Amino acid sequence: MNTVIIDYDAGNVKSLQFALERLGVEAVLTDDIELIAGADRVIFPGQGEAVSAMKKLKKHGLDQLIPSLKQPVLGICLGMQLLCDETEEGQTKGLGIVPTKVVKFPDSVKVPQMGWNIVTHSNTGLFQGIQQDCYMYLVHSYFVPIEPETSAKSNYAGEYSVAINKNNFYGVQFHPEKSSKAGSQLLENFLKI
Amino acid sequence: MLTKRIIPCLDIKDGRTVKGVNFVNLRDAGDPVALAKRYTTEGADELVFLDISATEQKRKTLADLVLRVAAALDIPFTVGGGVSSVADAKILLRNGADKIAVNSAAVRTPELINELSTAFGSQCVVVAIDAKKIDGRWMVHLVGGKVPTQIELKDWVKEVEIRGAGEILFTSMDHDGTKNGFANQALAELSTLVNIPIIASGGAGATNHFADTFKLGKADAALAASVFHYGEIKIPELKKILKQENIAIRITDENS
Repeated sequence: MNTVIIDYDAGNVKSLQFALERLGVEAVLTDDIELIAGADRVIFPGQGEAVSAMKKLKKHGLDQLIPSLKQPVLGICLGMQLLCDETEEGQTKGLGIVPTKVVKFPDSVKVPQMGWNIVTHSNTGLFQGIQQDCYMYLVHSYFVPIEPETSAKSNYAGEYSVAINKNNFYGVQFHPEKSSKAGSQLLENFLKI
Repeated sequence: MLTKRIIPCLDIKDGRTVKGVNFVNLRDAGDPVALAKRYTTEGADELVFLDISATEQKRKTLADLVLRVAAALDIPFTVGGGVSSVADAKILLRNGADKIAVNSAAVRTPELINELSTAFGSQCVVVAIDAKKIDGRWMVHLVGGKVPTQIELKDWVKEVEIRGAGEILFTSMDHDGTKNGFANQALAELSTLVNIPIIASGGAGATNHFADTFKLGKADAALAASVFHYGEIKIPELKKILKQENIAIRITDENS
């Protein structure tokens, strides 16, 4: 199976590659439209800031390509947020796959949220075989509200989405590559979908 | 609920851990990767690697080590020690570090914090601060606490937050090495001054010190070195006790 990670200068991609390697998968890091379009699995990573991320995607035509993909796509962290219509971060327009707006955590909690939080999930799809109320590692200042597409939620100044799914598009707010065994299981599930 | 983090810190010199460890079944106690893996299995929530070597080869050795750690670890880790430019940080982040800790370089050139957070995002910029109480005022110190400055801790934490730090690692030099507990009063005050996570460091000697720093010090995470390295405190037992004290903590054998 051919798995690619979209290369648009998004933070710590090395750890993601290593996590996939531990599952026996050599993922290619690329911004090549044809390679991405032809892959069996596409991972859309993200760490950093929304405005410059969207700029980089547009530069390579990836903003047009990603929504047109038909194979399973996994957005991670900012990658998940950019699957949405728009984000408060720099008032940026996202890829428009999930119709919602990403918003910032209120000042009543420390921002960014940094650390392991409890994830309550659907037990299906990406979460098959993963213990209910497991811990996942999160680092983020903006969040996706609860929507019909929500497949897992957590609580930080209220409930919010830590996983979404629409058709072939999956998004997780946490970093599966940094979330120990539960995270590794989630990546394995994605490869098997 | 977001859990409090337990963070073992590994001092690195020329690619090896400096302090000895007395873990059984660990053949090479000086290998940071083996030690890091051990801590991960035991339930550490995160790791910090502080490079204290001063050789010319340092950068390359550290970059190689980061790559080996990233290949073996599935929890987040921070790397610090002599990071003084965006270029330094980029190599370490590219090799798989999740966060970069800056200390003296940020005090000398505060713009470095802005540059790092603009280039990589606040989430991977940890500002480490060593401070000591002098005449009733907490003063920032440089170079591992050797050089005093005229900067007050309360001013510096506010400045680093504004400049884009994503987290603060506060070491009290008055408490470090004493094993008498963390600087909880100062920590609690810092929590009222900034709205980014704070890691407590310096003073860990017993399990109740961790409970105290989360409750009284309002710390988001607690870092320690020797009590973990010498096995005086074992992470699974520590976490069990913290959970009994009603502190939000990640228990790994139940929910790994």
